[in-house]
Amino acid sequence: MSALVAAAEKEGQLNVITLPSNWANYGTIMSDFSKLYHIHITDANPEGSSGQEITAVEQLKGQSRAPDVVDVGPSFAVEGANDHLWAPYKVATWSNIPANAKDPNGDWYADYGGYVAIGYDPAKVKLAPTSFASLTNPAYKNMIGLNNSPTTAGAAFAAVYAAALANGGSFSNIEPGIKYFAHLKQIGNFVPTAIGGPTTVQNGTTPILIWWDYLLESEVKPVVPGFKIVIPSDATYASYYDQAISATAPDPAAARLWEEYLYSTTGQNLWLAGYTRPIELATLVANGTVNKAAEAALPPAPSSTLTFPSSAQAAAAETVVTQNWPTQVGG
Amino acid sequence: MAESTAQVVAPEAPPSGARPRPAARSLHRWLRWLGVVPFGVYVGLGLIAPFVAIAIASFRNSSTGTFTLNNFRTALSGTYLLGLKTSIVLSIAGAIVPGIWGLLLAYAIFTAKRGNMLRKVVITASGVFANFGGVPLAFLFIATLSTTGIVTGWIKDITGVNIWDHSFSLYTGYGVFFVYMYFQIPLMVLVILPALEGLRPAWREAAHNMGAGTWQYWRHVGGPVLLPSFLGCLLLLFGSAFSAYATAEALTGGTIALTPIQIGALLNGNVVAGQENLGYALGVIMVVIIAIIMVIYVILQRRSARWLR
Repeated sequence: MSALVAAAEKEGQLNVITLPSNWANYGTIMSDFSKLYHIHITDANPEGSSGQEITAVEQLKGQSRAPDVVDVGPSFAVEGANDHLWAPYKVATWSNIPANAKDPNGDWYADYGGYVAIGYDPAKVKLAPTSFASLTNPAYKNMIGLNNSPTTAGAAFAAVYAAALANGGSFSNIEPGIKYFAHLKQIGNFVPTAIGGPTTVQNGTTPILIWWDYLLESEVKPVVPGFKIVIPSDATYASYYDQAISATAPDPAAARLWEEYLYSTTGQNLWLAGYTRPIELATLVANGTVNKAAEAALPPAPSSTLTFPSSAQAAAAETVVTQNWPTQVGG
Repeated sequence: MAESTAQVVAPEAPPSGARPRPAARSLHRWLRWLGVVPFGVYVGLGLIAPFVAIAIASFRNSSTGTFTLNNFRTALSGTYLLGLKTSIVLSIAGAIVPGIWGLLLAYAIFTAKRGNMLRKVVITASGVFANFGGVPLAFLFIATLSTTGIVTGWIKDITGVNIWDHSFSLYTGYGVFFVYMYFQIPLMVLVILPALEGLRPAWREAAHNMGAGTWQYWRHVGGPVLLPSFLGCLLLLFGSAFSAYATAEALTGGTIALTPIQIGALLNGNVVAGQENLGYALGVIMVVIIAIIMVIYVILQRRSARWLR
């Protein structure tokens, strides 16, 4: 570890990409890391997407400004591994990451995530929603929104997956989720705007917003007094982002030190303070090293163990959503 | 005329300058080409090079890199074919309706007295509105005309009618069409006005002297002269609607299939991984459609330039 620190400090530079400073507490994480190791961090394209991260790794290969590390959605982590974009690495706490949330080879590993949740503004939503089934209530006419289109945004896609689980679907069958939203649209409850977020909750366009619990907590709750967040009782769908180190990282040691920092107790608790659930949360709780206040601020997690769609299941579901969302929900 | 057209994109060719003497002609020709060089470099780097790169990639398999026609096969089937159809239908409607509205509006301005305040205001405002688009435009409509929008509220307060209960919606194809009017009508005013101003009062006077009525003037003189310009402007509006992207995406959240939105989902999304080359194929198809439109536009432009100089 001390050799790694020395090598990383010698590089003195780390290129990250698409990390918004108000997302999952990344602002604090980056500045703390910088101060601790005297490594300057360049955050390229903070508002970018996973697709843009992959493109940057491929196209900036060999340049000193190429990304060292990425934080991508699961399908992009797998795609990058297939294209040999990642350098395998296993952090010191590797064994604390559940087996279904990491590549056995160490190409990628889940970092933080959360649950699909229903957020609502009690000032406008008198009857508290509790589940996907409850959202079909006529009282919610013109109220329910997603953050974006499920053909583009991971969170909205996850919401459709969760709705599928609540309506007899499975990881291999997302169709009931599309049908569910088509029904919500048909009865007039679903507002299909793609700019769902704090503003549309505030101005009443979508007083009910289905999104990641951590984004509802960190982005909507601070601006909407009394905002409530609930994980739907009929579907628990969690998704985690993945870390990976670029195989062509210009600062390989700093990249590895960054991963060690993220998976240290400090790093994990910093993510927790950003309302996300770090992947080693269970270990932190068991060891008593968890930041209790930060943990208590999250909506209570369902007790069931986490399961995730396989990459083949997810890819199939993506195709189904891409093909059927406009035809079934639109029109 | 210069005063009112200086700020707009005049669709017709500028009048050719005075001809130089033969001795100076060859040097003059060189200088002329020299002046085009920056533009040529700009077009080469900004338009031609990316297009070639995209065209090549569109014939490759996203993961193996081998030659394939599959991207185009997928692009012309299922939801992507639907996207192309919807894009084209929306763009045609989004060109013809504001085209007619814009023509009438431009004609009203044209007949108003020169130097008239209203005329100046309409032209300046058109310049502003025609360039307003994207997510801010979508949000403007959501803030004013969504279920909880300000204007929706006013209409309800005044008339007791909630327009959203009477099948009004911003989040459908019709809603997108409605929002497109916001920038398409002013755009039409800007591009058709120079053509209207090219109609010489002398033609009208001559027609009247020979006993023609208003209808006959428009049927045999004004209409035929204006028609190529009008059609050319419609094609511009088509292109403008065809490439519009962020507004429709923000309003409909992918519930209507539009090609530019689908390209965005394939290239920039967080959901679909590894299908970039399908996005490139869709891009190539859009370029081909626009190229066809541009060829028709140039042909029409030649016809109208004959009269309007």
